Amino acid sequence: MTIKEIQEEIISEFSAYDDWMDKYNYLIEMGRDVPQIDVQYKTNNHLITGCQSRVWLHADLKENKVFFTADSDAVITKGIVNLLIRVYSGHTPEEILEADIDFLDQIGLKEHLSPTRSNGLLSMVKQMKLYAQVFKLKMNN
Amino acid sequence: MEKGSFQVEVIRKQFPAIHQQVYGKQLVYLDNAATTQKPQAVINRLTDYYTNENCNIHRGVHYLSQQATSAFEEARNTTAKFINAAHSHEVIFTKGTTESVNLVAASLGKLLMKMGDKVLITGMEHHSNLVPWQQLCKAHQGELLVARLTDSGETDLNHFAELLRQSPKIVAVTHISNALGSINPVREMISMAHQQNIPVLVDGAQSVAHMKIDVQELDCDFFVFSGHKIYAPMGVGVLYGKSEWLEQMPPWQFGGEMVDQVSFAETTFNQLPFKFEAGTPDVGAVLGLATALDFLSEFDIQTIAKHEQKLVENTINELKQIDGMRLIGTSAKRAGVVSFVVEGIHPYDIGTLVDKMGIALRTGHHCAQPVMTRYEVPGTVRASFAMYNTAEEVDHFVATLNKAINMLR
Ligand SMILES: Cc1ncc(COP(=O)(O)O)c(C=O)c1O
Repeated sequence: MTIKEIQEEIISEFSAYDDWMDKYNYLIEMGRDVPQIDVQYKTNNHLITGCQSRVWLHADLKENKVFFTADSDAVITKGIVNLLIRVYSGHTPEEILEADIDFLDQIGLKEHLSPTRSNGLLSMVKQMKLYAQVFKLKMNN
Repeated sequence: MEKGSFQVEVIRKQFPAIHQQVYGKQLVYLDNAATTQKPQAVINRLTDYYTNENCNIHRGVHYLSQQATSAFEEARNTTAKFINAAHSHEVIFTKGTTESVNLVAASLGKLLMKMGDKVLITGMEHHSNLVPWQQLCKAHQGELLVARLTDSGETDLNHFAELLRQSPKIVAVTHISNALGSINPVREMISMAHQQNIPVLVDGAQSVAHMKIDVQELDCDFFVFSGHKIYAPMGVGVLYGKSEWLEQMPPWQFGGEMVDQVSFAETTFNQLPFKFEAGTPDVGAVLGLATALDFLSEFDIQTIAKHEQKLVENTINELKQIDGMRLIGTSAKRAGVVSFVVEGIHPYDIGTLVDKMGIALRTGHHCAQPVMTRYEVPGTVRASFAMYNTAEEVDHFVATLNKAINMLR
């Protein structure tokens, strides 16, 4: 599936929930299933700043595709990271860099997008794109 | 004067902002330590000021300017009376607690601090009453002395006494901790410091709305607070200082109003309180502050304190029923705030979920990171109370909290 298709899939999943509680229960579940970052990467170097809870993010390149792993001490934050991982992981750096992320808007998690919001969702997206950027440069060399 | 009786339902009617829905649910506002909502009288005061009275003060000879000037000076009298200052020129208007502390750190620092000198604070200070002193000490290659906290969240007075023996030049302590709720025994701490003639600044940001403040009885040298935490507008704060100190202290900021005579070579400074009020102040907010203090003075503050104390006690008792509950700050002498963590659950998750259910509270480090470090928590969930909160709101909050915890477990 393309990044766009995955986003559409998530949007349709979320549209099934009319209650905010179901939405957050789903996020919490997502949080519990996040692809776990290897403990060796759970260091300050991998910490994303600008979050009220701590978020660690790592990425590997396998067969020209990026795979993210993460962790956070807050489960909702972990759920949000995992949503992003679901969208981005398994795609080429190029695809990640070009993708527009607009599904968050449409699933009613927009409040997490504001730059001042303490979970720093924007910082997560930025960091993921940064990984893609670095991999892209490496591949071109 | 007979004080008005305190009926929370009547009081609630005067605070429009608490009567609203968020996410389709009735708002329960429990973030009062961050800022309080404003009574209609204060809102009206601002509107009136900008509708009819707006004018720069202390400058014009014309009617409006004179009116605004006298209202502004009347607000100073009201404030002085509210905290029982001996003179109204001991009340300096600032932007808030943070600016008041910075003013004293800069100006008193200039007067007293020499190379290698020390300042003493406690381990429970808000960053606003910590960083200015830390930077002052750094600038003098001195040392910031920090009195330890006990496990229950009180200042260890023995350690405080021990550190006093190192002869700090200034002592700065919070009256009530915004992160723990503990009340410092400031009266006792002040008299200990005074035995060595060390001046004491009390950070009253969290106390002024919750207990009777009498600066003469406390005998503090400085008392600082923010208007917005006592039902007044944002943008105004107070620095009370004993005139003996304020007279000796050099001006901090320079510019309009605080000067007497200016030539290109020389400037002489205005007298108190004006020498510390450079530039155009937030006149509207100052008038709003006076209205808020008048509003509060209609009640017996002891009655308000008792009402809030009951809410704090109810909250603590109900929270204790929750599995894995850990209260951060268990001092018997406390007011205003209840801070806690729940085992295995991040405060942020709790804050996010209860917010969705209409409960406004604060999660995080509450601008007191060393306190979080001391108790080894990433942050806490904090509920904080004001005169308009009710026992029903406490019940509702705890029930909501339980729902959130169930979702997260
Ligand atoms: C104890 C304490 N000191 C200082 C401050 C800073 O107040 P302001 O931001 O109004 O300057 C606060 C506010 O959170 C506080 O709780």
